[in-house]
Amino acid sequence: MSNSQPDNQPEVLRFGQALNRALGDAMRADDKVFLMGEDIALAGGPFGVTRKLLDEFGENRVRDYPIAEASMVNLAVGAALGGYKPVVEIMFMDFCTLAMDALVNQAAKAHFMFGEQGPVPLVLRTPHGGGLNAGPQHSQCLEAWFAHIPGLIVVCPSNAADAYGLLRAAINDPNPVVFVENKRLYSAKSDFPADPQPIEIGKARTARAGNDLTIVTYGNTVHLAEQVAKERAEQEIDIEIIDLRSLQPWDESAVLTSLSKTHRLIVLHEATEAFGIGAEIAARMADIGFDELDAPIIRLGAPFMPVPYSVALEAEFGPNADQLNAAIDRLLL
Amino acid sequence: MQERVAQFEVDHVGFLDASGQVLEDLPEDIADLEVIKQGYRSMVLTRLFDARAINLQRTGQLGTFPSSLGQEAVTIGFSLAMQPNDRLVPSYREHGALLCRGVTLCELLLYWGGDERGSDYQQARKDFPLAVPIATQCLHAAGVATAIKLRSEPQAVVTVCGDGATSKGDFAEALNVAGVWQLPILFVVTNNQWAISVPRESQSHAQTLAQKAIAAGIDCLQVDGNDLLAVEYASRKALERARAGGGPFLIEAITYRMGDHTTADDARRYRDDDEVSSHWQGDPVARIRSYLVEQGGWTKDQEEALQADCQVELERAVADYLAVTPQPASAMFDYLYAELPQAYEGQRQQVIDRAAEGKTDE
Repeated sequence: MSNSQPDNQPEVLRFGQALNRALGDAMRADDKVFLMGEDIALAGGPFGVTRKLLDEFGENRVRDYPIAEASMVNLAVGAALGGYKPVVEIMFMDFCTLAMDALVNQAAKAHFMFGEQGPVPLVLRTPHGGGLNAGPQHSQCLEAWFAHIPGLIVVCPSNAADAYGLLRAAINDPNPVVFVENKRLYSAKSDFPADPQPIEIGKARTARAGNDLTIVTYGNTVHLAEQVAKERAEQEIDIEIIDLRSLQPWDESAVLTSLSKTHRLIVLHEATEAFGIGAEIAARMADIGFDELDAPIIRLGAPFMPVPYSVALEAEFGPNADQLNAAIDRLLL
Repeated sequence: MQERVAQFEVDHVGFLDASGQVLEDLPEDIADLEVIKQGYRSMVLTRLFDARAINLQRTGQLGTFPSSLGQEAVTIGFSLAMQPNDRLVPSYREHGALLCRGVTLCELLLYWGGDERGSDYQQARKDFPLAVPIATQCLHAAGVATAIKLRSEPQAVVTVCGDGATSKGDFAEALNVAGVWQLPILFVVTNNQWAISVPRESQSHAQTLAQKAIAAGIDCLQVDGNDLLAVEYASRKALERARAGGGPFLIEAITYRMGDHTTADDARRYRDDDEVSSHWQGDPVARIRSYLVEQGGWTKDQEEALQADCQVELERAVADYLAVTPQPASAMFDYLYAELPQAYEGQRQQVIDRAAEGKTDE
């Protein structure tokens, strides 16, 4: 279908619109795909991701669920075992706590326990992250919990093109996938390809090439890293940014390749630093990348603290550019 | 052979019609006019607060706020029936109840402004703060009721949730344990017909939400939630019974959410304006005012004085709220543990140092 875009000009799309398009395309491609969530049908989702899908696909395939996350995800496990491909939306990642049994003890275990009879092709979409004055129970980044569970796949895109490609791949995947969306990205615009395709899960992306230092990150902090890298380029500090895109499995070889070039590594994420994704990457690189390291590996994440509700306090809740610059200085100066 | 082993009924109670006329002879022990006047004042104040809070949010001076417009008779009705040493374990739309319990308007504004000091109630110290998660408070309330029962105190707990919350496991689990242990607790289900965008009929196929109590062996009643007299009366009977060791009770209060779910919602996306307009006919505030005029000789002068008095109280509270200085950023480290673990002292110091340098990213 043609549009008013001039040729060779990439389309620009919001992150949330890309997700909406991926859901629509996946539902058109496969009538086994259906959606469940709270306020996703008539209301179009709390962040608008499922907007207008009810109109096209009807209430059998775009279903508002009675408020009960544990029930909804366990039902999705059953539907997936029954040959369907449920895509479940949990309104805030914080509410995944209610569905932990369904995810950890059921979705992640069925194939292991029942073999070929038990693939669980479900996708659980959920927004994480703070900065919206949403309080400690609506702002958490809990992806490390899921990355810790054998049997689950965890992805977290940083831009519209990846959001589309990874969501299509997640829906195609025979495994249960936790698909994490940063709330502050929903309205962010970025280039979108003319013929978007699924993106292989487990492959990182080099968001910026550089020689002096590697920042490994994912989700919204990719943009923090890009902003800081751009500023530091003026001081001739040449930073490479690896956008992981997938957290479980994560692209170990891409990180090692970058480390082998720059010899310095910062792992950055919005989630709590202590016992986080960064701890896993840092430990792994300290092992297999030991000979490449010219400096200690630095982790940078949120303090060991719930996300404050107060605007004044949340503004000071990391990670921020100051902290990232300080980490860069520590490695290079 | 087949025989009936159990049979159940659910009654509906209401004393006033939509225009405030008494439907039939009132019980002898109906709330007296002074109590109703006090309740009416709280309803007026709650409604004014509601509009002012939305105005503050729209002008960037308050966080996301959930309106209680149209539900004032429920939240204030059960509060009038509570004794000071009963315990309230509220949901997030219970501003009216909290005001009745002695929580200040300024505390409510602080809370919705994102300042947790608003939950540190200076007066109602044993009542719980607002619970934004859905139905979790029902189990907390069962815990409080267990403590009361263990101490054999003549007190009762009131907990409140919405129609959507009755779909939750927590709700069913709280009812079950309250029934088995015969806890002194009143469950108030505020059925305002909408859980954000999901209408009541999509939430449960049950004919009433009250009947969910029956499966747990708990007595129940459906009440006209826009009738202050009925809510107060039913709650008082249930609480008297609970304090005397008679066990739990559930009231389904039928009302209507006149506003958006919260200021982050726009109900026009999923709800007809006509439906909303038609519910103004049952307005609980106008209804109880009519009753006061007819039965209590409530005059125009009294009404004007009350409105003016509430306005003054409200504006004073808003001024107090806007004058509160935000906590320093280091405050976030002060309450996580009784004592901050040594490992995180460095992070606290970083925040203090940053503040001292006057740096923020915003």
